[in-house]
Amino acid sequence: MRYAMAVDTLKCVGCNDCVVACQTENDVPIGHCRDWIIEKTTGTYPNLQLEIRSERCNHCANAPCVRTCPTEASHYAEGGIVLVEENECIGCKACITSCPYDARYIHPEGYIDKCTFCIHRVEKGQNPACVSVCPTHAMIFGDLDDPNSDISRAMATRKWKSLIPEAGTDPKVFYLI
Amino acid sequence: MIEEIITSGRMNPEIDPVLHVWGWEIPFYLFLGGISAGILIFSAYFTLRNRQDELPVAVKWMPIAVPFLIGIGLISLLLDLSHVLYAWQLFTNIRWESPMSWGAWTLMIITPLSIAWVAIWLEDIFPNWDWKFDEVKTIIEWLKAQRRILAQVLILLSIILGMYTGILLSAFNARPFWNTSILGPLFLTSGLSASAALISYFSKSEVEKRLFTRIDIILIGIELFMIIHLFMGHLAGTQVHIQAAQMFLGGAFTVQFWVFVVGLGLVLPVVLEILELKHKYIPAIVPVVLIVAGNLMLRFIVVNAGQASRWLY
Repeated sequence: MRYAMAVDTLKCVGCNDCVVACQTENDVPIGHCRDWIIEKTTGTYPNLQLEIRSERCNHCANAPCVRTCPTEASHYAEGGIVLVEENECIGCKACITSCPYDARYIHPEGYIDKCTFCIHRVEKGQNPACVSVCPTHAMIFGDLDDPNSDISRAMATRKWKSLIPEAGTDPKVFYLI
Repeated sequence: MIEEIITSGRMNPEIDPVLHVWGWEIPFYLFLGGISAGILIFSAYFTLRNRQDELPVAVKWMPIAVPFLIGIGLISLLLDLSHVLYAWQLFTNIRWESPMSWGAWTLMIITPLSIAWVAIWLEDIFPNWDWKFDEVKTIIEWLKAQRRILAQVLILLSIILGMYTGILLSAFNARPFWNTSILGPLFLTSGLSASAALISYFSKSEVEKRLFTRIDIILIGIELFMIIHLFMGHLAGTQVHIQAAQMFLGGAFTVQFWVFVVGLGLVLPVVLEILELKHKYIPAIVPVVLIVAGNLMLRFIVVNAGQASRWLY
């Protein structure tokens, strides 16, 4: 099992529903976010191109945060989901400085926190909160090892990219372009 | 030119807009760790060469500072931890891939060993020293018999301690400025250089002073060579590495690095030390203060610049 997410940049309108759903579902402290919207404008006026992406932890298969964690607090859970065990985290911030996506933050209680792919929902067979609320159905979550899953089919039929693959992280969040 | 404007909805404290999760604590610790490693390496090396009576400050006196320096360093490390009550978790795991893990274990072993190393020499420096308890005397005698083995172990551990402070940073592949393995040897050399300068300052014997001034000149030469290589490596790298180097070649860190670290912290003291060897009068305090301040500054700048450099996407 290899969990992954695909965000359709042609459907995403940047409404921030995923951000709010995540904050509500996961009780994210005020002023922090586990997922966020990036709007990238390329070109000079009037020849402009806009890409909107919903970003989060990339749940890398070769995660630098897991590698540099001195206590095994950052670890791979079932399906390759990268998690932080808060009672093992000492707050050294090695994982924050090693994440090229800056996807982690310091929880006000001191431990390091980040997107969990809503593992508590996934274990019950549900989609992550961000995916389930997306009004344009721009996000797909599923198992890359199952060739019939929605995400495998989308990746097979659409052009896609991942973020900074050259950092060697083998990210598991993809962007359909 | 194609322009790109990126608007981000993320504003996590200490992460955005520029990463700054590490303040003064980490560079200050790296500084103390580097000097401690340097002092222990010199002390243990010259013990193995049987020059303890010729070089008393390097071998016997300076190590007294080490347990205190490491102690202050450990306190500043603990101050940096945001979930400090769980710090003991460091010692329930050995993670070979994480430099922070083997750094923690090295400190765990080197701290008591450095205290033992000081204890071995106390009777030599203070002739009236009395350990009071027979059990302690037996232990000290046993340690003295193991002096050479202890010295070898200390050299190995001190090299790890001095190197890992740099390797720690280079292992974080998200920060292009740190992505160079030369940071390990650079920090080790700069720690050795600061401790050589301190030894030559505190020494009363002309032989010792001149020896450590000469050692320091060579070490500073190596440091300058490594700094040039650091930038050559970055400039021959990818776009993000070139951008990281440019922070020092016209960017925000240019003046503080080239004026304070390279100019006042390396070039000027090396000139003063050469003049000193040629029997010109130079107040001894001047080069040592410049070198130690340059050392501290180097670590602050490297830690800050690394956090300011990033991958763009």
